[in-house]
Amino acid sequence: MTTVPILVFQIAAVVAVILIAFFILRGGGARHQAIQRILLVLFVVGAAVSVFFPQLLTWLARLVGIGRGTDLLLYVLVIAFLGFAASTYRRSRQLEGQITELSRQIALLGAKKPPSDDRGV
Amino acid sequence: MWETGQMPRTWVVIPMYNEGRVIEDVVAEVRRTFPYVVCVDDGSSDESAEAAGAAGAVVVRHPINMGQGAALQTGFDYALSDPAMTEVVTFDADGQHQVADAVGMVQKLRDEDLDVVIGSRFLDERTEVARLRKVILKTAAVYTRWTSGMALTDAHNGLRAIDRGLLQRLRLRQNRMAHASELVDQIGAARVKWAEYPTHIIYSEYSKAKGQSLLNSVNILFELIFR
Repeated sequence: MTTVPILVFQIAAVVAVILIAFFILRGGGARHQAIQRILLVLFVVGAAVSVFFPQLLTWLARLVGIGRGTDLLLYVLVIAFLGFAASTYRRSRQLEGQITELSRQIALLGAKKPPSDDRGV
Repeated sequence: MWETGQMPRTWVVIPMYNEGRVIEDVVAEVRRTFPYVVCVDDGSSDESAEAAGAAGAVVVRHPINMGQGAALQTGFDYALSDPAMTEVVTFDADGQHQVADAVGMVQKLRDEDLDVVIGSRFLDERTEVARLRKVILKTAAVYTRWTSGMALTDAHNGLRAIDRGLLQRLRLRQNRMAHASELVDQIGAARVKWAEYPTHIIYSEYSKAKGQSLLNSVNILFELIFR
């Protein structure tokens, strides 16, 4: 039966997504960026190779228990997209934090200094 | 605690965003008891800043809208820039909090030498809370107990009194509404002396319209998980 290996792959894919989202992307900094770029290069090379040797993709798909190469491509694409979404989210949170700190300093610079006497503001 | 011989000075921190209709009355009411009020204007597009200033508050203006958590932290930074500040009170701009409650909380903070007093609308029967809101707030309290180890009855009450020493150790990074849980987490991690205080929250038509949609609890949860 082919349905059981597909289920195995699906579970593996979901686990991979969760791992990507929580561990690699939380690592941060240059290491995280390097891993992301390696994955991107691998993906590009894989995509280019599959254009010339489509049977290679099908062979790989059979190896992990998926019927067709296009299905494998789709799954990998979904995982890659979720990884991208997670890393973009993380990056935008980072930027938000920096903008907040900048705006806060601007706000505090423009404010009246606290009064030094006891008569209130 | 303050140094001996020095007058205690409470700063009331009021984050506000487009509260022009009510903020002047709220600030005036607060200032009858607490003369030191800082309103953090979170990029309002109405006349909130002018109204708060007219009522005698110090106004710190965010150039852009960033959220209530960001505004609170800015207010904390401002209060900390005053060396005479002994504690802060966080107070909502929409007038749903009672100044009398704030007074009681500061009194409790000083009398019992606590680090923080947190308001709770569930310690007595005064506050009428809609059933669904109550369920969500109770769930949030359980979640907070689980993450922070603090057995709070109300995790999302905007009325708090925080001692200077603890304030220096807090740093809110959740810009939006998840800051309430974040604040409790940081207080829990600091292992300080805390207490709850029964507060009466009045849900006026205005505060209901301005208040959070219950759906926002989904956003809060998301922001807490994917911080």
